[in-house]
Amino acid sequence: MSVLVYIESENGTFKKSALEVASYGRCVANSLNTSLCALVFNSKDNATLGAYGVNKVLNVESTHPFTAEAHSNALKQAVDKEQSTVVILSNSANSKYLAPLLASDLKAGYVPNVVEAPSSTSPFVVKRSVFSNKAFCNTEISTPIKIIGISNNAFGLVEQVVDITTEAFELENISSKIRVEGVDKATDKVSIADADIVVSAGRGLKGPENWGMIEELADVLGAATACSKPVSDLGWRPHSEHVGQTGKPVATNLYIAIGISGAIQHLAGVNSSKTKVVINTDPEAPFFKAADYGIVGDAFEVVPKLIEKLRAFKTQNA
Amino acid sequence: MHSKFNFFLYFRGIDKTTQTMKILVCISHVPDTTSKINFTNDNTGFDTTGVQFVINPNDEFGLTRAMWFKERQNATVDVVNVGGPETEPTLRKALAIGADAAIRVNTPATDGFAVAQELTKIAKEGDYDLIIAGRESIDYNGGMVPGIIASNLKASFVNNCIQLDIEGDNATAVREIDGGKETLNTTLPLVIGGQKGLVEESDLKIPNMRGIMMARKKPLTVLEPNENQDFTTSISFEKPEPKGAIKLVDAENIDELINLLHNEAKVI
Ligand SMILES: Cc1cc2nc3c(=O)[nH]c(=O)nc-3n(C[C@H](O)[C@H](O)[C@H](O)COP(=O)(O)OP(=O)(O)OC[C@H]3O[C@@H](n4cnc5c(N)ncnc54)[C@H](O)[C@@H]3O)c2cc1C
Ligand SMILES: Nc1ncnc2c1ncn2[C@@H]1O[C@H](COP(=O)(O)O)[C@@H](O)[C@H]1O
Repeated sequence: MSVLVYIESENGTFKKSALEVASYGRCVANSLNTSLCALVFNSKDNATLGAYGVNKVLNVESTHPFTAEAHSNALKQAVDKEQSTVVILSNSANSKYLAPLLASDLKAGYVPNVVEAPSSTSPFVVKRSVFSNKAFCNTEISTPIKIIGISNNAFGLVEQVVDITTEAFELENISSKIRVEGVDKATDKVSIADADIVVSAGRGLKGPENWGMIEELADVLGAATACSKPVSDLGWRPHSEHVGQTGKPVATNLYIAIGISGAIQHLAGVNSSKTKVVINTDPEAPFFKAADYGIVGDAFEVVPKLIEKLRAFKTQNA
Repeated sequence: MHSKFNFFLYFRGIDKTTQTMKILVCISHVPDTTSKINFTNDNTGFDTTGVQFVINPNDEFGLTRAMWFKERQNATVDVVNVGGPETEPTLRKALAIGADAAIRVNTPATDGFAVAQELTKIAKEGDYDLIIAGRESIDYNGGMVPGIIASNLKASFVNNCIQLDIEGDNATAVREIDGGKETLNTTLPLVIGGQKGLVEESDLKIPNMRGIMMARKKPLTVLEPNENQDFTTSISFEKPEPKGAIKLVDAENIDELINLLHNEAKVI
């Protein structure tokens, strides 16, 4: 028996969400009194995983680009080899792509968006967010093998240093019906999915020409930029920045909403962020009911000042 | 294995010259995005009182893209839902938007795996070339039905699909990834998990009077379920803790905000 985690990296370093997956895996392994294995592709730095409780790394050297079919297949082979009864992944686009394929292959119940450690392991019950973060559902998984996708930033990073071994993992038959023709990815920007801080702006900014200060603010904070739905529909910003119930979900440490009213569909997608700040001229804007901190004021005055003050703060605390 | 697959496609390819593309759009019936979410029976069931149900937004994009294939490439489009009789108005709406026929599998949708088994059966029996589902239903946010169908059918699968073009047996799709997008190439049969981007927001179709009249005459077939093994069970629901009051900071006192974010929230 074992618990298996799927570890994703970006440019050779583990994603924060991957270390969160390891932390969660350690917690489940402790409850089940078993060991924690990790499936990793092209890892150079296994010691870090040992610090988050991984006992054994199965390392796959592969030059193929990610395809869900191949990675799901690799996980299946790892499950078979390590006799894993629980598989844990993140909420990344790639994890969500491959998890259902794996669930079908293993005839395993899959529960995504899990926000807490299992409340019980027999029966196996986890809490997941449902209705786009408007509620939670305690869900029992009744299959012998369980697959869990955890929400970003919900469980957090928990260090527990253990001895770690690494094994080269040779895969049989990595093939896929899908061919990757090209990847178009900004390498100099933080993605919304991986960001600790997201700076988001809405129709209150009046037009695309005013996004300079939003990008500057994001830059100072090392944040990703996002926007409300109408802003992307109007073509002011790319669709990939649209957050909310029908856009990308956001679960960051800090979400700053500028000139966004806080419609129910917007809030549904961003509500699980830890700390929310709203900047809006209208004190009646619904976002003030959902946020932790707020400034009633004009973005065109407040944001430049905020940038200036944050720069000073950063220099001081550097 | 590769050559066997191509062999299979080769025969499909011959078929295709005489056949038009058959599309199945999976329609999830979900509470309108503005719904207040409440629970009944000691928090064990979803309270539908006063809730309006709609076509899942991700499926609406997929359905509109299917209409494009119907208009430009002569495809046929069937829609399917796994659910009780209460979902029929949602299926009728899809017919009014332009789908040719609807199927309802008469069983409540309680578990993604079970729903996917039912849909797999429909997809197999109908021999569809393209199965369009959404990246997730906005009620339970399972995000698993299209992937499971694809795996069951051994068909190609593209999730988070934001662009799709089909030429003969060849499909080019763009998928959203974290921080960018990826262009993929594959062959039919194909299952997608679609989302916004598949068509422009402004192209979403609203049923007109003629569509609604025609929808009444289109077939809506009700089938009884077959396999029904739930892998997961929703035991109970909870609502998030009520939020503490907001702390307002004066627009002239930005230092205070920075102080709160640094010392209290500890996020910068
Ligand atoms: C099916 C459906 C799904 C949807 N999904 C989403 C979704 O996923 N994400 C999403 O965001 N929306 C979604 N929406 C749209 C949502 O209902 C709102 O229309 C939208 O969120 C409003 O965007 P906004 O706050 O940018 O614009 P507005 O509502 O126009 O708000 C602009 C705000 O800016 C403030 N403002 C104006 N000037 C200034 C200034 N100078 N400084 C500071 N503040 C200023 C105003 O007081 C106002 O509060 C959806 C709607 C539907 C029907
Ligand atoms: N009960 C259902 N009937 C038909 N299609 C469904 C049903 N549930 C989910 N789907 C399809 O699967 C997609 C993803 O749903 P889910 O896996 O439930 O998040 C939806 O967008 C639909 O296209």
